[in-house]
Amino acid sequence: MSEIDIKDILRLYRDPKIARRLAFKIRDIAKDLEDVLIMHVCGTHEWTITHYGIRSLLPDNVELRAGPGCPVCITPASDIDNIIKLGMEGVVVTVYGDMSRAKGGKGMSLEEARSRGADIRIVYGIQDAFMMAQRDPNHKYVFFGVGFDTTAPATAYMVKKGVPDNLSILSSYRYVPPAVGALMMAPDLAVDGIINPGHSSTVTGMKPYKEYFDRNKKPMVFAGFEPIDVLLAIYMILKQIETKEYKMENEYTRSVTWDGNVKAMETLLEVFLLSEGYWRGFGVVDKSGFVFRNTHKYVDARYIYGLSEPRDKEDFVAGARCADVIKGKIDPVECPLYMKECTPNYPRGPPMVSIEGTCKIWADHKVTGIIKCRF
Amino acid sequence: MCLGYPGKIIDIKDHFAKVDFGDGVVRDNIIIALVDAKVGDYVIVHAGYAIQVMDEKEAMETIKLWKEYLEFVDKEVK
Ligand code: SF4
Repeated sequence: MSEIDIKDILRLYRDPKIARRLAFKIRDIAKDLEDVLIMHVCGTHEWTITHYGIRSLLPDNVELRAGPGCPVCITPASDIDNIIKLGMEGVVVTVYGDMSRAKGGKGMSLEEARSRGADIRIVYGIQDAFMMAQRDPNHKYVFFGVGFDTTAPATAYMVKKGVPDNLSILSSYRYVPPAVGALMMAPDLAVDGIINPGHSSTVTGMKPYKEYFDRNKKPMVFAGFEPIDVLLAIYMILKQIETKEYKMENEYTRSVTWDGNVKAMETLLEVFLLSEGYWRGFGVVDKSGFVFRNTHKYVDARYIYGLSEPRDKEDFVAGARCADVIKGKIDPVECPLYMKECTPNYPRGPPMVSIEGTCKIWADHKVTGIIKCRF
Repeated sequence: MCLGYPGKIIDIKDHFAKVDFGDGVVRDNIIIALVDAKVGDYVIVHAGYAIQVMDEKEAMETIKLWKEYLEFVDKEVK
């Protein structure tokens, strides 16, 4: 493929003329609609939306808000406490970088535990933990398994293949489709349309969303991460509202399919079963927590070390509105701590810690409010 | 950790692939077993494993956005 083709494609995907035309079309449809709240559940979507100023292009009656799509933010504080406990007891903790900075229910993060003597190692994936444990058989290792259906299959695969005896896994993995289902039903949100996460849906496929769509028919669009992808998804949702023809639509056809990555999902469900899952700030969602099956308890850190199940009550710092931001009830600027006591250098809650957290994304872009473009 | 980034497979050994993410970033321990991919294919990599195979055209489209993303994040982290 020649260079010219690539440039042409990129030009197409970022073409300001196309974006402008889409923005006009969105305004045009929205004129005849009442207030519309569109939610998405993905830190990467939030980044695209904020980075490209997509909210500024939307008419006043169309609101776009981030829901529980940041893995670090929704990881139960009690599991952060659990993993810290293991670290302090001498188990080597392997963890993703931004997870190590989030504080648990006792106000401590893994990073702080390290300064108190715990051995905390930042890894890129479970295979790094595997290698470390293999090379050092005299120490016990634990991998903090956090994230969604996008990250969990790698762990399931390694477990199936066989991990060293001295490596266990604390699973806080969460399954996205039931959470989207819960979001669509939340009476305090009154969501009118959902943009579904492109990469998570690449793994799960569109199929698992059908039961939630059937239960509560609202526009649902699976979208990619280019600015044009997001604008197109908004347009598709508004079009569905206008015509009252609600459906599950796929904007991200270059990656998302109906069945998803069948191999990954099969591997995942061979090792884990879906049980109640607690999402920090959001609540308990049925069938959304990946728990090790009885056949794989031998790698389950929760079982091996007798750790507590995630609590369903979480403490955030006094005055902080982290739970409302995580759930998508408010935008970060509505939190009284935003950019005052709480900044990326001194985060007071997980949405300001993670690069996928809404507060951190807004703060990095110096967003203090939404200024609408007039065109 | 939820970031998906496309790269090109330059070698496959057992269940792991060596993947070139451009700009001199090469990783040799990407779990490849959950997709049907061969050397030369582009894959979307998430937290250390390939979630999807893309054709070259699709990969090139996304690579640029992610470069922008990462450069931005890096800048902010410093
Ligand atoms: S600004 Fe800080 S305290 Fe407020 S919601 Fe965001 S992370 Fe929580």
